Amino acid sequence: MKILTGNDLKTGAVTWWDGQNWSLHVDDAVDVGDAADEILGRESAARRVNAAYAIDAERQPDGSVRPAHIKDRVRALGPTVRPDLTRKPADPAALNWVI
Amino acid sequence: MADAIGTGADEVQFRFRSDAQVDHAAVTVDAFLDQSNAAAVRIEPGDDARALLPHLDRLALVEVNFPTFGDGRGYSSARILREAGYTGELRAVGDVLVDQIAFMRRCGFDSFAPAVPLDETDVAAAFATWPQVYQPTTDGRVPIWKLRHG
Amino acid sequence: MYRYDQYDQAMVDARVAEFRDQARRRLEGKLTEDQFKPLRLMNGLYLQLHAYMLRVAIPYGTLSSAQMHMLGDIADKYDRGYGHFTTRQNIQYNWIKLEDAGDILADLASVEMHAIQTSGNCIRNISSDHFAGAAADELVDPRPYAELMRQWSSFHPEFSFLPRKFKIAVIASKRDRAAMRLHDIGVEIVRNEAGELGAAFYVGGGMGRTPMVAPCIRDFVPLDQFITYAEACLRVYNRYGRRDNKYKARIKILVHELGKDEYARQVEEEFAHLLSQGIEPPLAELERIKAHFADPAFKTGLPTAIDRNDPDFALWVDRNTHPHKAPGYVSATISLKPVGGIPGDASADQIRLMARLAKDYSFDECRVTHAQNIVLPHVEIGQLHALWTELEAAGLGTPNLDRIGDIIACPGLDYCSLANARSIPVAQKISQRFAENGKADVIGELKLKISGCINACGHHHAGHIGILGVDKKGTENYQLLIGGSEAEDTSLGKITGPGFDEAGIVDAVEKATEVYLAHRQDGERFLDTYRRIGMDPFKEALYG
Repeated sequence: MKILTGNDLKTGAVTWWDGQNWSLHVDDAVDVGDAADEILGRESAARRVNAAYAIDAERQPDGSVRPAHIKDRVRALGPTVRPDLTRKPADPAALNWVI
Repeated sequence: MADAIGTGADEVQFRFRSDAQVDHAAVTVDAFLDQSNAAAVRIEPGDDARALLPHLDRLALVEVNFPTFGDGRGYSSARILREAGYTGELRAVGDVLVDQIAFMRRCGFDSFAPAVPLDETDVAAAFATWPQVYQPTTDGRVPIWKLRHG
Repeated sequence: MYRYDQYDQAMVDARVAEFRDQARRRLEGKLTEDQFKPLRLMNGLYLQLHAYMLRVAIPYGTLSSAQMHMLGDIADKYDRGYGHFTTRQNIQYNWIKLEDAGDILADLASVEMHAIQTSGNCIRNISSDHFAGAAADELVDPRPYAELMRQWSSFHPEFSFLPRKFKIAVIASKRDRAAMRLHDIGVEIVRNEAGELGAAFYVGGGMGRTPMVAPCIRDFVPLDQFITYAEACLRVYNRYGRRDNKYKARIKILVHELGKDEYARQVEEEFAHLLSQGIEPPLAELERIKAHFADPAFKTGLPTAIDRNDPDFALWVDRNTHPHKAPGYVSATISLKPVGGIPGDASADQIRLMARLAKDYSFDECRVTHAQNIVLPHVEIGQLHALWTELEAAGLGTPNLDRIGDIIACPGLDYCSLANARSIPVAQKISQRFAENGKADVIGELKLKISGCINACGHHHAGHIGILGVDKKGTENYQLLIGGSEAEDTSLGKITGPGFDEAGIVDAVEKATEVYLAHRQDGERFLDTYRRIGMDPFKEALYG
């Protein structure tokens, strides 16, 4: 699937297009198909997202979303060397998910 | 006859000269050097401003093109001309933005023809940003080291 | 150290106001990201993997206690409780909000600090010797010259849109502790045969995609022409540096393509012209700045003996202290490389502690080194034990300076949007491996440097052992390099062969040290043995 990701203009937080808004959680990301450019153009111009781009991802059997590239998985989770600062500080499997 | 290019008088949004605005069309450096009657020339980033030094006395207008604001060669071209004693109009054209305009002025530009007109309040604020300057240029502003030591 | 006068403060304050206005216009939509990006970069504000990252300038790595304390407070107030000291003597915060950036710059300005020109295609932070003003072997303190250049390069109207970034280092000793020859401009303050001080200019060094060692362009520029000569070097670069290809845009490419003699000739021509323009500050300005760097009131008659009863303390003294020009003093290095830790990171509490230690033990001054450690430059030998006790209690007492555990690592793919691979976990695993095998002291001096991508912010080309993280078909892979040196015997590391995965690179580093131990002759460091025996024994051990 094709999903969209970027950063919040004001806070810099990593966000994912959930069909209506920009969510902080990668699992909320939706498949935008061919509409990536149109959505990116509109949302960037409205400043609801900054530096956004389209990436490949896979919907997992459990419904979660896994970006194809390790860089975006690091963005989704947080720095692998500081589990306490990630989105899943208590999840021991989170590191494996990134790698 | 070389192609005439360059900004018209109505595209000049800011001008800091009291003499009459030059109406001559600007020509390329190559064309200028071939002609004996042109009084205005347009410098592109890759041109050597020093090619104009033997002809400064017949120049009334030099336009320096900034096709993209990130290409900073025009700043050097401007300073080179002013350092050589050029006193005619020195016009920055093209991708001239609010956040570069104060530096451009310090380098010797005295008129500006931005491709996209600028907000005049923002420009006034930009020119007023720096209470002092660390480096002397030909703009006459006294550098901080001179204020310290006289 | 340098203290701002009213003029310096006014400039920094004006910059804060300018940036607040630029950020406001961005948030209001009057500036697009393409227009805003170079402006925020000129204030050190990046957009990285997790948030905005702010790189605060620490000019020539020197900080007062009050400044260091503020850096700790900023980590707590605006970030997530820690900061990262970099290979250019700066500090980075990783979790910054754009809407806070103006306030952070204002807080910094209140202690005479800023983030001016720590990114962007302009002249960056000027780095120097972390033992400046303390080392017995320096000709003079290089920092006044660095400060003169800092002011010259700040808000320079002609050089703010260069083809690419521009990094300058200034030293004043034969021992090069600032990797001077790996900078765009490296300056060595020297004395000529007539006994006059002047500057030797090395231009065109750098790492990254095409590493090069800077040639000497001019071996003596008189001090009263120093800034004019620098201006000439920059003007030639601004006019003729390549702008067609981002990866060929540094001055090292221009110097290489013209040849050093032609580049030097063009600089001489511009220099001759600029001498008529009166742009050189008077020598009185250099003298004014030098007065700020006068020696602190060193005591005399101090004890010089060290009580070596405690073997852990004795080890730390042997490893982490450096001879000082004043009897009874040493410079002490605080390691930010605990075993298994994140190189260069320090918590807000640790930063504030180091600020207090600088005040209590080192005349209120500390330094950031390009190896990502902190130096207390002037410590009484008699106070070392008390200092060390405090450092140990805070996890800052690791006795590993210049040993294999003293790893330099960029933030890598855990933080940086340019990275291809994670660098920090590799550093951690290597650190742990050598803590376990107990060989670090037997090996002795070994400078290990890790970069997560070809941009080489970890300076891997200049490592005795260097590691470069690459992307190999979507997975992280690591190349091993051997034989680089950042010191006055500058050399660039050579790649050993095919890369390794994460577990493999840790084993490879260990194997390389085993080759060294098997072959070394008396007194040879790892680097010396490699230079003597060459790559083949290493290749043999690594690849069979």
